[in-house]
Parts: sequence; C-alpha cells; structure tokens
Amino acid sequence: MNRENYWASQTFWKKCAIWVTAVMFVILIFLTFDSVSKITAGTERVPEYSVINKKVFYKYSEARDILVPEICCEAPLFGKKLSNDEAADLIDLGKLTIQAKNCMNCHTLLGNGAYYAPDLTKAWLDQGWINESIRENLMVDFLLDPEANARSFGTNRKMPNLDLTEDEAKAVVAYLKWMSAIDTNGFPAWFKPIYQKEE
Amino acid sequence: MAFANLNLGQKVSVKYFIGAMVLFIAQMVFGLLAGIQFIQPEFLYQILDFNVTRMVHINAMIIWLLFGFLGSVYWLVEDESGTSLVGYKLANIGFWVLSIAVTIVVLVYLFVQVGSGTQASLWLINEGREYIEAPRWADIGIVLVMLAFFYNIAATFMKGKWSGISGVLVLDLLALAGIYLAGMFYSPNISMDQFWWWWVVHLWVEATWEVLVACIMAWGLMKTINARREIVTTWLYVEVALMFGSGILGLGHHYFWIGTPEYWLTIGGFFSALEPVPLVAMLVHAVYDTGTKNLKVSNHPAFAWFIAHVFGNFLGAGVWGFFQTLPQINLYTHGTQWSASHGHLAFFGAYVTINVAMFYMAIQKIRGGQIFGSALVNKYRWKTSLALLNIGAMGMTIALLVAGYQQAFIERAVEGSTWSGFFEAQTNLTFIASMNWRLLFGVLMTIGTFVLAWDLLTIGKTNDSKNTT
Ligand code: HEC
Ligand code: HEM
Ligand code: HEM
Ligand SMILES: [Fe+2]
Repeated sequence: MNRENYWASQTFWKKCAIWVTAVMFVILIFLTFDSVSKITAGTERVPEYSVINKKVFYKYSEARDILVPEICCEAPLFGKKLSNDEAADLIDLGKLTIQAKNCMNCHTLLGNGAYYAPDLTKAWLDQGWINESIRENLMVDFLLDPEANARSFGTNRKMPNLDLTEDEAKAVVAYLKWMSAIDTNGFPAWFKPIYQKEE
Repeated sequence: MAFANLNLGQKVSVKYFIGAMVLFIAQMVFGLLAGIQFIQPEFLYQILDFNVTRMVHINAMIIWLLFGFLGSVYWLVEDESGTSLVGYKLANIGFWVLSIAVTIVVLVYLFVQVGSGTQASLWLINEGREYIEAPRWADIGIVLVMLAFFYNIAATFMKGKWSGISGVLVLDLLALAGIYLAGMFYSPNISMDQFWWWWVVHLWVEATWEVLVACIMAWGLMKTINARREIVTTWLYVEVALMFGSGILGLGHHYFWIGTPEYWLTIGGFFSALEPVPLVAMLVHAVYDTGTKNLKVSNHPAFAWFIAHVFGNFLGAGVWGFFQTLPQINLYTHGTQWSASHGHLAFFGAYVTINVAMFYMAIQKIRGGQIFGSALVNKYRWKTSLALLNIGAMGMTIALLVAGYQQAFIERAVEGSTWSGFFEAQTNLTFIASMNWRLLFGVLMTIGTFVLAWDLLTIGKTNDSKNTT
C-alpha cells in the first residue's frame, strides 16, 4: 500500500475497527442504563405489579396515534385486593410458571417466541373472554383444562394440558393482566379489545 | 482415517465436527416433527408437544453451530499461530464435559419436558427462554468450558505468533462468551427479561458470530484460493468496523415493542437498516478475490460452501432481515412467520454453510490432503447434498415468507391480533398450502443432510494416491 492510499491501508482500517466498536459500545452502555431504569416495574411504561388490583383497558391516544393501556379504578383480581408484596409474589409465581412450562415455544409474549399459538401480549384484553365479569374465571378454567375448553376454530390445534395447579393458573392470569398494562408502543397494531364498560 | 497427519488442535476439531454433524441431523429430525405438527396437530400430541419438538430443534441448532465454531477455531489455531496447542488434554476434557452436558440436557427435555413454577425447574429442567432454554446448571458448565477454550486459544497464540486475524478472533471470542452471561439471570419483569435476552441472541448472531465467521472466512480464502494475507486482513478490519458499527446499536430493532422507550424506534430502525452493508462488503470481497485470482481451487466442495455462505449471509441476514427491520413494517410482521422465514435463511445461509465448508476442509486433510477437484470419485454426492440443502432452505424460506405475508395481513392488519384473528390466518388456504410446502422442502433438506453425512464418511476414500498434493 502506498501513502496516497492511506484510506485503503490495514492500519487505517484497524484503527477504524477499534474506534467504531468502542464508540458504539459506549453508546449502547449509556442507552442500556437509561432503558433499564425506564423498564423497571413501577415506572411509566412498565407498571408496578399491584396494577392487578386495578382495571386495565385499552384506549386510543390521539397524541401518539396508537392504542395505549390505561389504568383506572379498583378492580381487584379474583375479588381480593393484594398488597404490593403479595402482588409481586403472585407475579413472580406467574412468570416462573410461564418459563417452567415453556409457554414461549408455542406462544409469543410481547411478540417474541413461537408462532404455533396466539400472541399473549394482550391476552387479558382478548374478546375470547366474552365479558369483563366472567373473564378471570374463564381464563383460569381454560389454563387448568385447555382441552375441555378448546376453541381451536375448526382446526385440531389444541393447547395441551400442562398440569398447572390452581395457584399457578391464577398467578398466570395475574401475569397476563399485568403484561397487558405494559406500554408496547402500540404493538400489536390496533388490537381489538374485549367490550370495555365505561366507568 | 489418517488422523496421523492432523496436528493436535485438529484432532480436537474432528471430535467437535462429528458432534456437530450428529446434532445437525437431530435438528433436522425435530424440525420435521415440528413441521408435521403444524399440519397434523394430533401428531405426538401430549407425547412430544410442539413446544418440546421446537425447543429441541432450535437448541440442537445453536449447540451444533457452536460445536462447529469451536471445531473450526481448533482447526486453524496451530496453522495460524505457527505453534502447537498449549492444552491438548484440556481441550479434550472440555469437549467431553460439553458433550455429556448436552446429552443430559436433551434427555431431560425429552423425558421430563416441563416443571412446576419454581426456581428449581429453571435450574434443572429448562429456562423456557427461546434459544437459551438450557437449564442454569448447564449454562454454568457452558461458560466454564468456553473459558477453558478461550484460555487454550489465547495462550496458543501468545506462545506462537499473533496476526490480524487471530487478534480479531480472540477478542471476538471473549465478547461472545461474555455476552452469554447477560442471559443467565431470572427476572419476573418480562420487559427486563427480553431486554437482556436480546443482548444474547442479537449480539451473538448479528455481531460476534458474524465476526467469528468473517475470521474463519478470511482464513478459508487464504487456504482455498491462496488469497493474500494483507488483503484478507484489511477486509476483515473493514468488516469488523461495519458490522459492529451497525450491529451493536442495531440491537434496537428488537426494542420497538417490549416496553422499552420510544427512542429505540429511531435508533434501532436506523442502525439495523445499515446492517446489510457489511454483508454486501463481504460478498464483494469474496467475489472480487475469486475473480481476480487465476483460480486454482484445491477443494471444490469446501469452496462451493464458502461461496454459499457469502450469498446466504447476504440474502438471509441482509435482505430478509432488512425486509422487516423498519418499525413501520415490523409492527405488522413482528412475531409472525416472517421472523421464521428470515430466521431459517439467515441461520442456514450464514452459519450452516460455513460450518459445512469447514467440515470439507477437515475431511480433505484427514484423507491425506488430496485434491478435491474434478477428478474426485463420487462427486455427485457432495453436489447432491449441496443442491438439496440449498434448494430446500430457499424453498422453505419462500414458503414461510408467503405464510408470513398472509399472517401479517390477516391476523395483524385486518383482525387486530386477537385469538380468533390468529386462527383466521392459520386457516387461510394460502397459509396452509405454505405450511405444506415448508414441510416438503424440509424433507429435501433432511435428505440433503443425510447425503452430506454419507459424503463426509466416504469422500476421497477410493481415490488413488497419485492425486495427493
Ligand atoms: C404445545 C403448545 C402450547 C403450549 C406449551 C402452551 N400453549 Fe397456550 N395455547 C396453545 C394453543 C394451540 C392455543 C389455542 C387453543 C384454542 O383455541 O383452543 C392456546 C391458547 C392459549 C390461551 C388463549 C388464547 C388467548 O389469546 O388468550 C392462553 C391464555 C394460553 N394459551 C396461555 C398459555 C400459557 C400461560 C402457557 C404456559 C403455561 C401456554 N399457553 C402453553 C398452545 C400452547
Ligand atoms: C446471520 C445473521 C442473522 C441471523 C442468524 C438472524 C436470525 C434471526 C432470528 C432467528 C430471528 C427471530 C428471533 C425470534 O425467535 O424471535 C431474527 C429476528 C429479526 N432479525 Fe435477524 N438474523 C440475522 C441478521 C439480521 C439482520 C442483518 C437484520 C437487519 C437488517 C435482521 C433483522 C431482524 C429483525 C428486524 C428481527 C425481528 C423479527 C420480529 O420482529 O419478530 N436480522 N433474526
Ligand atoms: C428439516 C428442515 C426444517 C424444518 C421442517 C423446520 C421447521 C421448523 C419449525 C416448524 C419451526 C417452528 C416455527 C414456529 O414457531 O412456528 C422452526 C423454527 C426454527 N428453525 Fe427450523 N426447520 C428446519 C430446518 C432448519 C434449519 C436448517 C435451520 C437453520 C439452521 C432452522 C432454524 C430454525 C430457527 C432459527 C427457528 C426459530 C425461528 C423463529 O422463531 O423465528 N430450521 N423450524
Ligand atoms: Fe437482530
């Protein structure tokens, strides 16, 4: 390589490689600190776990032109208001169950996972649960015996019975409720929620 | 087999390559099972449910590709460092620890399958997180083996000589192992969980794995077509700059919808849209290099697979990734068969291909360093498997793309992603037809894999000895 071609030389590109990598990595670290603080439970985008004591519904935001989760009014899950610690324990059991039963190799959560079964991001708000008053019990029944409660819409694709205990099933429902309150920038697009009574 | 002419590192590689090939076949078989279940949900229902077949399919893939990479690095380390491997025994122990761990993990996947909602299930059975399902005890084992491997490689280069390629390689291996740690903790918060999960998945396949294969490729071009070291090294630096320059912040294309702040829509969209650039650069580099040489290729199958790698990487990762990387599009394609379409072509095109190329580099030396050229006996075998695997992968990708299009349109855009909307898309006739085509092409790939194994077992065995270099 001659001098005029410095830009094509090994030394030049070696320096580029090192500097570009270092700069990108430092930026990523900064953004990571910021993002982690903004997705910690109990912040604006990712609500605290005790949100399961409240009503979660979906509303059009004119400013952002997407549907966003809104939280209002008392609506304790299974009729029992939980303390922050109790709610956190319930959510923890729900998450452990979801991981241990490997739900994500059939379903997507927040759009990530497998494509064999419906996305569960907004499952709490799904029209399949008919109306808000019977929803939580229908969900527990479904999780305890997905075969007897199968819908499958004319296919034979059923969710197998994963032997959840009743506690686990309730914890999973709590988890789905909490997850539906995460601000996902409008994903899934224009989700059609269950009929929502105005309060 | 003539293992006598292998150096110590290469003796270790052979073990890794055999392990990789066995797991490759397992991946294909479980892929077929999962593909059948899409069409016939009763198949193995409540015996090996879809989540189990799929988990084994994708885990076998991750592990065999890693086996192949470890094998490839062991293959070239003595050649590149000019000295012998410092820890031959350590390398062998590492191989056996890893293999036994993988066997236990798979047996538990198949026979225990799932556990109750406790930490113990995550430590002992599976973690339920796509691609890195391996239970925590196995994670720790993997990290220890990777550290031993890293020590072995770095110390060998330290004892011998460094080069541009080995410098990049060693730093990259360190990053690759370090990133795995981001996937080793539990969080009840799914946004936090997926935030770090993508560190592993994305920063592996779109940053550190890409650079690793670029190193292997640089070495491979020198070996198969005598490319000049200065040129491949300069190109390697160019590729590192472009790959890390786009891929590190490209991570943001997974942070559009998981609860993370809105600035990722811009950052992720912008940087990930640049990710195809280094892949184009690699393509140009390889084509340019082969074009300007008076091409004398000493290993036709390996070279063909190296070329398949360059095109596959560009198409599967670059083009198919780009399709869905802008947030406006990704909002509709996210979590549909689009991802599966891209995932299949990218993993196949970028990583399966280069591993197969290295298998052929290895077998050539094992068979006494003969020329694998036009005089090769039974060359129809490598050509058949090359054709079956590539046609199969491409066909499967297109079938999944058609399915993904239907799904994004019907389930996401029209039906608003509800439970019934999901089934509306799954019962669409075009969607169903695509799933049948996927299975058909999967059968081609599986046959191709068996032919590949057969070819590797027999290639060069019947050639006469005057054909050696
Ligand atoms: C073997 C694949 C498989 C596994 C594992 C699986 N599911 Fe399902 N799931 C399905 C299928 C298929 C359906 C659709 C069933 C129907 O329509 O009857 C479904 C439906 C559902 C629904 C109702 C759909 C909706 O949009 O609300 C919920 C909720 C659900 N699953 C939750 C879970 C949870 C929680 C787990 C883990 C504990 C899990 N699933 C594990 C396959 C699976
Ligand atoms: C060889 C390199 C690559 C491999 C192996 C790869 C593999 C994958 C896989 C398997 C997924 C699905 C993950 C899941 O299961 O949810 C995925 C997702 C994705 N990839 Fe890649 N990829 C590569 C490169 C790229 C590049 C270069 C781009 C962009 C230009 C890209 C863009 C995307 C996007 C946007 C998604 C998200 C899909 C979704 O929203 O569901 N990928 N990739
Ligand atoms: C016999 C051929 C194959 C068949 C039938 C097959 C089938 C499947 C099926 C059914 C799934 C599940 C998709 C879903 O969740 O809906 C899957 C996922 C996957 N397969 Fe394959 N596969 C085959 C070969 C391969 C090959 C060669 C690779 C790459 C090396 C591969 C990589 C993947 C990946 C990365 C995923 C996860 C995709 C995602 O979540 O986006 N498969 N495969
Ligand atoms: Fe990515």
